[in-house]
Amino acid sequence: MDVAVIAKEIKREDLLRMYDYLRLTRAVEDRITALYRQGRIVGGVYTSYGMEAIAVGYASALERDDVIAPFHRDMGAFLIRGFTPGEVLAQYLGKRVGPSKGKDGNVHMGDLRRGVFGFVSHLADNLPVAAGAALAFKMRGESRVVFTGTGDGGSSRGDFHEAMNFAAVRRLPVVFFCNNNQYAYSTPLRLQMAIPNVVDRAKAYGMPGEIVDGNDVAEVYLAAKHAIAKARAGEGPSFLEFKTMRMHGHSEHDPAKYVPRELLEEWKKKDPILKAEQLLKQLGYGEEAYFHEVADRVKKEVEAGVEFAEQSPLPEGPEVLEGVFAMSADSH
Amino acid sequence: MAQSTEEVSYLEAISQALDEEMARDERVFLMGEDIGMYGGAFKITEGFLQKYGEWRVLDTPLAESGFVGAAIGAAMMGLRPVVEMQFADFISCAFDQITEVAAKNHYRWGAAVPMVIRAPFGGGVHGGPFHSECPEGWFFHSPGLKLVAPSTPYDAKGLLKAAIRDPNPVIYFEHKFLYRRIKSTLPQEDFVVPLGKADVKRIGNDISVITYGAMVHLALEAAQSLAHEGIDLEVVDLRTLMPLDKETIYASVRKTSKAILLHEDNKTGGVGAEIAALLAEECFDCLDGPVIRIAPPDTPVPFSTPLEEFFLPKTSDIIAAARKLATY
Ligand SMILES: Cc1ncc(C[n+]2csc(CCOP(=O)(O)OP(=O)(O)O)c2C)c(N)n1
Repeated sequence: MDVAVIAKEIKREDLLRMYDYLRLTRAVEDRITALYRQGRIVGGVYTSYGMEAIAVGYASALERDDVIAPFHRDMGAFLIRGFTPGEVLAQYLGKRVGPSKGKDGNVHMGDLRRGVFGFVSHLADNLPVAAGAALAFKMRGESRVVFTGTGDGGSSRGDFHEAMNFAAVRRLPVVFFCNNNQYAYSTPLRLQMAIPNVVDRAKAYGMPGEIVDGNDVAEVYLAAKHAIAKARAGEGPSFLEFKTMRMHGHSEHDPAKYVPRELLEEWKKKDPILKAEQLLKQLGYGEEAYFHEVADRVKKEVEAGVEFAEQSPLPEGPEVLEGVFAMSADSH
Repeated sequence: MAQSTEEVSYLEAISQALDEEMARDERVFLMGEDIGMYGGAFKITEGFLQKYGEWRVLDTPLAESGFVGAAIGAAMMGLRPVVEMQFADFISCAFDQITEVAAKNHYRWGAAVPMVIRAPFGGGVHGGPFHSECPEGWFFHSPGLKLVAPSTPYDAKGLLKAAIRDPNPVIYFEHKFLYRRIKSTLPQEDFVVPLGKADVKRIGNDISVITYGAMVHLALEAAQSLAHEGIDLEVVDLRTLMPLDKETIYASVRKTSKAILLHEDNKTGGVGAEIAALLAEECFDCLDGPVIRIAPPDTPVPFSTPLEEFFLPKTSDIIAAARKLATY
């Protein structure tokens, strides 16, 4: 996108803040990956390596009162919503101070007060739920918006289609996205759908859609801003397809031998952090020394988080029995 | 409490509960297929659209998973959705949303999901394999859900009101066979039947029949004919299947020392199987005979009249089982 356009449409401080979160996301996830390789994290680890611009871009475009029903490669959204690196690491380590108190692992965390729905493994299950939150906003005449999405794989689920259709029929203030990273686990896009672009799936519901460079945080941010503004203005849902590439395996145990190396080499050049740095330089908002400074700062933040998480106690076995039923729903 | 002078059907009791809760709490709204202008397949919401408007009586697309999911989201945002399954059988399409999302959200990350799914269930109406099912067993096994199954207009109204006010996802199994067949007068005041409390519908000393839904009426019929033979049945109506009122079940069986478990859901892995196991664990010492289960065979619900009659439990099954138990 034209640098002049970006300079005009995105405030300098917003761009710099997004750069911070790109860095923080990568630092947190790199640390999680390292802990996983050391055998200190059990369970699955799915990262957004190379795709950080998506969650950082869309979460930055939302207002505080808006709601996010994130995807499993949306670490940036959790961080932007105030989940600290310490809490995130406590979650991965199964600690009681983690957002799900050890009841669930990895990116499966949520908090209604912070407007983040807990991720459900069953891909696309949260899309109808997100539409329902948007329904509540519309029924009460609130100008709040919901942002939710899934991968190219998840877009084959019935719930994806049921949610899009329902939102379109009722013109709900929800923005759907798909991170098209070209693979669902090992399944390439051509075996997932017989159409080249996921965005075409939105047409069936009469929903406007757009293809966006998912590696460019500024593009993601602007596309999200426009879709959110439309939703807020009562114009109904829209769909954004973020084109990107999954740079790590499906999870950290997967070497992803099924992905051609040349493809990865090609996408490495489009790394979202690299792209953001080029943009910041072009706009005169930052340069190498500054980038190093940010990298150092987030690294320290993450190390403090690791320390906090490691020193926190694990839950006690009998805590498994707590919380099956809610005693009250007054808080919401 | 003052009683209404007119008799109210089980169906009207459900309708009254919805109407009163919608009037009492503006957060309560309805979702489902054909519930608006048409008033629902069984006409439970007839007139509601005119009274409450299209944003509180939402006709949905034909997509159970989608609208149950939407109800979950709306519930988490502070509303109190009541979803109608046109027939309980179609709840299988929403199984994933119910068991994976609604049931687990509070446990996983503390989000309460205050919603109700009304599921018209049960046979005896020649609905065949897809319109007669009793799917409670699927959900009985899924932690995080409350399940209720009223047998009378009073319970139907009071349990639905309690379900709507409960902070958890509740599946409300309303029996289609009872809709227009069972009538009674109701209190004029607001009342609820608390979730998790069974009701002894007939006090007796010899044998406990533990049951719910339409089968309660079968058990009461059997009790009446057995009374002439000097066999005194106690009929325990579970009303709520989850959480299960174990105290009332144990108290009854400790008194009678004999138990028949009766339900309309298939036998294997049903609610009765669980209660039989609980009785073996907790009441073994006081049992004077085998625990007997009366339930349909493990087949889908058939269509043709003789087949459905064969399939469904009958009063004579209860009488035979009770006579057998009486000899111990
Ligand atoms: C309904 C469902 N089926 C299968 C899985 C197992 N699974 C987890 S992630 C995944 C691939 C997801 O691909 P995609 O939606 O493209 O997202 P990506 O991981 O590539 O970002 C699969 C098959 C699941 N989580 N949910």
